[in-house]
Amino acid sequence: MKLRCEHVWSYISEYIDDAVDTELREEIEKHLEHCEICSAVLDSTRNILVLTADERTFELPVGFSERLHARLAKELVAAKIDGESPENPSP
Amino acid sequence: MKALVGNNGRRARRSDWLGSAKNLKDQDIDARQPQTRLDASMKSASCEREIIARILTGETDLFHELIRPCERMVYLTVLSMMKDEAEAEDVTQEAMLKAFRALRSFHAEAKFSTWLVAIALNEGRRRLRIAGRAPLESLDEQASEQEGDFTPAVLTDWREIPLEALERKEIRQALVEAVGQLPAIYRQVFTLRDIEELDVKETAEALEISANVVKVRLHRARMLLQKRLAPLLKAAVPVRKRFFWSTT
Ligand SMILES: [Zn+2]
Repeated sequence: MKLRCEHVWSYISEYIDDAVDTELREEIEKHLEHCEICSAVLDSTRNILVLTADERTFELPVGFSERLHARLAKELVAAKIDGESPENPSP
Repeated sequence: MKALVGNNGRRARRSDWLGSAKNLKDQDIDARQPQTRLDASMKSASCEREIIARILTGETDLFHELIRPCERMVYLTVLSMMKDEAEAEDVTQEAMLKAFRALRSFHAEAKFSTWLVAIALNEGRRRLRIAGRAPLESLDEQASEQEGDFTPAVLTDWREIPLEALERKEIRQALVEAVGQLPAIYRQVFTLRDIEELDVKETAEALEISANVVKVRLHRARMLLQKRLAPLLKAAVPVRKRFFWSTT
């Protein structure tokens, strides 16, 4: 069976995640060898995933961590862990 | 090939980030309680369990260290649902406090970060309900769960865009905007799987959807991003060859 480009596209995500079976993987790879369109689609998708996953891309708001820990420091003192058992009384 | 997407380079930067978080910890916590200092390797599950056990027996300050590696993940997940930065920050804080109070109900078979993300998503949904806003997902679901056009942008060649391109603000902005414009149901799955690197099962659990739905939505999210970003990035990042031609 020969894969058409549309077929290859529909498996791109699973192919990237290594979630296709061996047989299909081999067919996709055979197709990629001679199809520059599918190769470019695959390479660009992968490239975009690497870029979006980089920590520089999605930044936390300035001061996010400081504000979070300041609030925790203030509220943990009064906060009670639910189901406090008598063997482990909080100090 | 998986490694290219999953690991290369990213781990190093993640530990850089942990490093900077540690500096912060040095200032605001260790100054008061030097005995609570923990090294950054606390990420391992057994160590996590130990820290949780110590928190439950009264060393509540350790909670700061427990959540530090998860802050970014929780925030970005909530942001993928709320879209408003200030609101997402507030929901994150609230969720962390809820997690603290509910810590005894955490069971070690789950991953702490996944548990935390699920609490945060619930808190986000609760907020949207209170504000009388339908959760974004139910709106999109009607609109785009049917078959749509999830074909990629057709290109005949692709030149690798290096990570250094991220030094340019307009490139980062293009990426952030493209993810922001995904329908919420796709954005959430994409955020957990491809930005925060949860696996399919963890993503399914956190979002309370099936593994199969995770796969379908992830595929669509990736195709929508490729379609939008590939032409844009190609135009924004000049081909290096041209540079050499112009200088010779
Ligand atoms: Zn093809």
